[in-house]
This record gives sequence, structure tokens and C-alpha cells, in this order.
Amino acid sequence: MSDITNILVVGVGGQGVMTATEILAEAAIALGHDVKKTEVAGMAQRGGVVSSHLRFGPKVLSPQIAPGTADVLLAFEAAEGMRWRHMMRPDALALINTGNLAPPVVELGLFEYPADPIGEMRTSGARVYSFDASAIANELGNIRLGNTVMLGAIADHLPFSAEVLENCVLQRFSRKGEQVIEMNRKAFAAGRAAAAEAAKTQGTAEPATA
Amino acid sequence: MAAVMPAPAQSRLLMSGNEAVSRAVWESGVKVAAAYPGTPATEMLEVISTYPDLYAEWAVNEKTSLEIAFGAAMAGSRAFCAMKHVGLNVASDALMTLTLTGVAGGLVIAVADDVGLSSSQNEQDSRFWGRFAHVPILEPADSQEAYEQTKLAFELSERFQTVVILRMTTRICHVKGLVTVGERVPHVAAGFKKEPARWVMVPGAAQKRIPLMFQREADLRAEAEVTALNFVDAGSDRRVGFVTSGPAYMHIKEAYPEAPVLKLGLSYPAPFEKIRAFAATVEQCVVVEEVEPLLETEIKAQGIKVIGKEILPRQGELAPHVLKPAIGRLLGEEVVEPEKKPARAVAPLPVFPRPPTMCVACPHLGVYYTLAQLRNITISGDIGCYTLGFGHPWNALDACISMGASMGMALGLDKGRGESDKDKKIVAVIGDSTFMHMGMQGLLDIVYNKGNVTVLLLDNRAVGMTGGQDNPGTGRDIHGDPAPRVDFAAIVKALGVKEERVHVVNPYELPTLFKTVREETKIPEPSVIITNQPCVLVDHYHGLKPYTVIDDKCTGCGNCLDTGCPAIHVTRRDSVVKPSGKTVDLAWVRIESSVCTGCGLCVQPCAPDAIVHADKVIQIKALQRH
Repeated sequence: MSDITNILVVGVGGQGVMTATEILAEAAIALGHDVKKTEVAGMAQRGGVVSSHLRFGPKVLSPQIAPGTADVLLAFEAAEGMRWRHMMRPDALALINTGNLAPPVVELGLFEYPADPIGEMRTSGARVYSFDASAIANELGNIRLGNTVMLGAIADHLPFSAEVLENCVLQRFSRKGEQVIEMNRKAFAAGRAAAAEAAKTQGTAEPATA
Repeated sequence: MAAVMPAPAQSRLLMSGNEAVSRAVWESGVKVAAAYPGTPATEMLEVISTYPDLYAEWAVNEKTSLEIAFGAAMAGSRAFCAMKHVGLNVASDALMTLTLTGVAGGLVIAVADDVGLSSSQNEQDSRFWGRFAHVPILEPADSQEAYEQTKLAFELSERFQTVVILRMTTRICHVKGLVTVGERVPHVAAGFKKEPARWVMVPGAAQKRIPLMFQREADLRAEAEVTALNFVDAGSDRRVGFVTSGPAYMHIKEAYPEAPVLKLGLSYPAPFEKIRAFAATVEQCVVVEEVEPLLETEIKAQGIKVIGKEILPRQGELAPHVLKPAIGRLLGEEVVEPEKKPARAVAPLPVFPRPPTMCVACPHLGVYYTLAQLRNITISGDIGCYTLGFGHPWNALDACISMGASMGMALGLDKGRGESDKDKKIVAVIGDSTFMHMGMQGLLDIVYNKGNVTVLLLDNRAVGMTGGQDNPGTGRDIHGDPAPRVDFAAIVKALGVKEERVHVVNPYELPTLFKTVREETKIPEPSVIITNQPCVLVDHYHGLKPYTVIDDKCTGCGNCLDTGCPAIHVTRRDSVVKPSGKTVDLAWVRIESSVCTGCGLCVQPCAPDAIVHADKVIQIKALQRH
């Protein structure tokens, strides 16, 4: 099933994970692929774990990505990237926001947030490009731009051109006025730049296949 | 939501199973559609309500929704209702007799089983209801099939004059795939025809309908043998063949693309001759169904040799990575056991759990903060966001089973007290929508039978857990248009709760709430405390000025963390040894002002007054700079 691309998008309820996956799906459809997208997010709005599966190719059957078969892991939150690391293929790439969101059970001292989630992923053999998408979004003026930053980050790691995805992102905001479109254009570009910078500085990390 | 222009016919759209069913309902010329919200079925009526030329409503519960749809079908209209699996239990009283009358206009029930329990209290196989009620079951495998089968379901319903169950699962409802849509074909209602022998199910009339029901079932079994819904993918590897239905079909095709498969779209009544013929063409035949061995048991009873739950799990989804080890062992292949993964496959890394929480400023936070402070109390809970009160930091919900059950359970806990809970205070907690769904009768029982129960009715003016849908308590209908709004205080008084035992309280006013709950639990009579602030996710809710923590003033007492508000984050921890020798853990905090809506809950238990409005601090900082 190597003609199918598996993209796993993960994060915390409220971060825009499902919307981002939907935009990725639209880009794949625009290129004529068959697409299936699934998530289990019954209570995701309540700050729970969200994982959204996107599969595209000539003909997609099962909507679920099996463990060890994700081509790209796009994580909106650092510990969530770690939580889903086992879903990655040996040669997969993880693009991870280093921003942390600790849940109440951590705040209450019942559990600990991992000291270095990115490091633990790398130790386990994963190829990881990490960058602070939350900070980038905040600098651009709105944390809600975080999912556009993340989409920018994945744009050069897809089996199609970044422009296709960018068009789909901007299409989403086409009715929200030029200012919103411009903000998202900047966020997308910033995400692309952050991933490119990470590839340059962190790209020495050996993938597990090496 | 206002009606929108539906996408034109022949469009190829990315649709969830729920959206695909909704489109097909509209195209089928349905006139009446009703539902009570419930994950994963909720979006069906939400989407249907945006289509023109049909009547859509939020019903108060699933039984009512089915009765409404049935009424419309008696009048010759096409009608639809959608519900989650447990909703069909509620609606089953109507179902078990309308199967005798049959229908005039097509009637389809879409029931969504939460296979894998993403948001439910149990994982039941609703296909049992088809067998129990002797009605056909269709099982789509993806969005396109959900769309096609919904349209076929109306045709079958009218041809065989029976309600049809469209059985979905979470992995159908919430998976998006491409669907080619068609046009709406209007359906003309024949009008209600008086026919007491058919529509009035008294014993004499019902007796005569039973043989007709069995004949219909036999006719449907014959239909199952010939319908294109039940087809064979020939395959080339005959070592193992599969009989399957629903989303498991896609999983099998993914895992075993070369294997022969008999796919049952009309899975009940099952086509035994087709299955017998198929089983004869393969070396071993495995029945793959989510989740109970229903087909399997029936097929085995026919003397057809198949394998099923001996090798497959009886709960959860049968995804490719679940199927492969089981089938691999059956074929005598070398199976990679989970504990002996190859070096490259990685076991999940340990990460803290991230359970769903209540929202920032949720009006339920104050209720559970209060309940957590009370001792000697048993709390009977219900289905909704407030079920989350069982978790940290509150740990203030002791039981939860089904919609509205908090009332009856509370009365039973009261009447069935053991020696150890002789002096326990019994509290029931229920939301507005759940109260109207199934809770009112339980309260009536408490009053009538003189129970000693304090009821907390959390009116947040929304069906919160499913996304804030409207209900008779919100003053708006499914389209957001004005609707009569129920008066909860008047209802509970009318049910017989004494005027002085009914209180309406703002749940953000902690001292008042605490005092009211404490006093009412002391009085050995039924009492009802209604909280009256809206869900923060609906547009009735208006946020106030956000708060922040003055770090120098924070003493690390952690009282604010006991509210459970997710906007409060710990910045550092320490522990000190008190003069008494006792060690006390301290946690200094900050408030994420960008998400704080200024409800003020955390301000109240803060001993050193370290929590202040954020803009005040900004002003002070600005002054200091000058």
C-alpha cells in the first residue's frame, strides 16, 4: 500500500487539529486523490487528546493509519507528538510544535510533563523537526494562527507542492477579508521557514532506517 | 442555522458518514426528521436542519423522536430519525410495537453504535434490535455506502412496509470520504388512512399482525439472497474467505486484498444460502463483525462451518492491525507477537493521560468545587459534561449509568441505605437537557414516595456535551428561531417539590451555593437547587474581564487549583514543614489570561487576594514604567 500517503495530525482539543487535517484533505482532493479522514474526538472539545488520520492515494480503503505506518506526524503539542511516536514508519518525519500544554492532572501534581519530549522521541530513533509554532503564532498576533503555521511547516514534506496547500489554506479564509488572508499567508510562510530552518539545524539526526 | 442552497447533483463532496446520510435523507424526499443529540449521531439532524423543504426538530428524547417519525410515516410521508446506540434502547418501546403495524411512508432509523467507546457509557451492538424487532438492518462501510444505503433504505421500507434500521458506527459517522451526490426527488404523502386493525395495537389486532411480521421477515431474507447490497469480491487467495458487514469490510480489504469476501450490506435477515455457497468456495471462512457474534451464531446454527469470535476480539474496532495477527495465526503464518516487536517498531512512549476536562469558566466548576467540600455525601450522577465531575480535582460523582438515572438511583440509595450510610446525604446531579429527556419522571417518583434527596439541576441552557444544541430550555428551536422556553422552577414545583425547597442559584457565587446545598441536604425532604448560568461554548455566554495572579502575593496554597479550571497553571512547587511537623505541598500559579473569561470562581477561595483583573496589573506596570 505504498501508493497511499498516511498523515497523522495530533494535538489537544481546541487547537484546530481537525480543521488542519480537513485542509490537507482538500489539497489532496484538488490533486485528484481519493481521500479518507478519520478521528476519534468525541470529547475533544473538552481539552482531550485529538488524533486525526488522513490517508490519500489512488484508492483508500480503511480510514485508519496502522501503528508504524504514518509517513508524516504533525504534532501541535510536544507531549502529544511523543504520545503518537509509535505510529511513525521507521523513515517517517515528525514535525513538532515545541509549545507545551499541560492538562489539569499535571497541574495538580498527579502526573509529570516529560522534561524533554523531543529528545525522547529522537532517542527512540525518530526523525524530528521541532520549532515553536505557538510562539510564532503569538508573534504574528494570534495563537489561533498556530494551525496555519503548522500547515506551513508540513507544506514542503508532502508529495505535492506547497502552493497547492497554501491555496487551500487561503481559500478557507477567502470570505474573512484581506487582513485575515494576509495574516494566514504570513503564518503559512513562517511555518515553512521554521520547518526549513529546523531541517538545516536538526537535519543531522539520523533516521532509524540509516 | 439558516437553510443553505444544497450542493448541485453530481458534485463529489468530502462528507462524513453523518453528512452523507443527511444528504440522502433530503434527496429521498423525507418530510419529517427528528432526533435527540448523541455522539456520534448528533451531526445528522444538525445537517438535515440546514436543508430546505423538510421539517427537522430536536426531540426531547429518542423515543419521542421515533414516535414523531412514525406518526409522519403513518400519514404516508417519508420520515427519519437518528440516535446513538443507547438512544435506541430508549426508543425501543415504540419500536417493538411499530414493527407490528409497519409503515405507510418510508421510515428509517439511523442508529450509531459507539464501537470503541469514544464518548459513551457502554459499547452495545444495536444490531440485536433488528433481530428482536424483526426488522431489516443495513450496514454501510463508508460515506458513499452510507449515502446509497440510506436511499435504498427508504425504498425497502416502503416495499416491505417496515421500519428499516441503518446501522452506523463511530467509524462511519465521523469518517470523511468522497461522495457523489444526486438530486432531491419529492415524495408525496398519501395522507393518513383510518385503519384501526392496523394502527390500533390492542391485543386482538396485534395478534393478527404477528404472522404478517414473520412473513415480512421471511420475504426480507429472500430479498437478502438476491440484493446487490450483498455481494462477493471473488479474490484469488482461497486459504481464507471473509463474511463481513459495516466498516470491517474496508479493514479486511486493506489487510487481505486478495482474499474472497462476502460483504453483507443487508446483514439482517442474513442470506444463509449465499453464505453457504460462499463458505464452500474457501478453505476457511471467518465472520468479521463489530462487535458481537450475531451473524456468526446464526450462520453456525445453519450448520455452516465458520470461525469468528474464537479468534477475534468481542469489543472494539476490528482494524487491520487487529485482524492481521488473528488471521495470521489461523493460517499458520509466523505472527509477530506484540511483545516481540522487531527492533524497528517502537512501543508507545509513556506520556501522562489527558482526560477530557471541563472548560475554562464552566458553570459546573463551582458546583463540583462545592460538592467536593462536603463530607458524608453520596452523589448520584447523570449523562452530560457534568459526568466529568467524577475526575480530578473534584472526585465528586459516585455513580452514572444512563440518561436520567440519577434520580431513580438517588431514591434507591436513600431507600436502600445500609448501616454504613445511615446518615449519608444523598444528592442527585443532572443537567437541563437530561432532566427533560428522562429525569422528570424520576423526580416525580422521589416526591411521590417521599424520598430524602437533594437534586442539583444544572441548567446551562444547552446540550453541552454534544456541542451546545438547543432544547426546550434554551428558548430556541433547531434552526435557532425563538421557541417557548421551559420554566424549570415551575416544573419541579408542579411535580410536587415544596416551594421553599426550590432554589435558583448562580453557580459562580460560591458562598451562596455552598450554604444552599449544605442546608438543603440537612432537610429530610426532596429539594431542588437549580443553577442558572449558561454553557461557555454557546453564544448566550458573554465573557468578562480576565484575571491574572500577582506572583509576589501568591502563597502557593493551591486553593484555586481545587476549582479545576484549566486556565490555572502551576509555575513552581515546594513543600514546607509546619511547626506541627506536618509537610504541606505548595504550588504557585499563573492564570492564562488569554483564555480566562473572568468568571471569578478562583478569586473566591484565594486567601491572599493574589488574583486580580489583568488590566489592573497592566495599568500598574505602565505607571511603574513612567
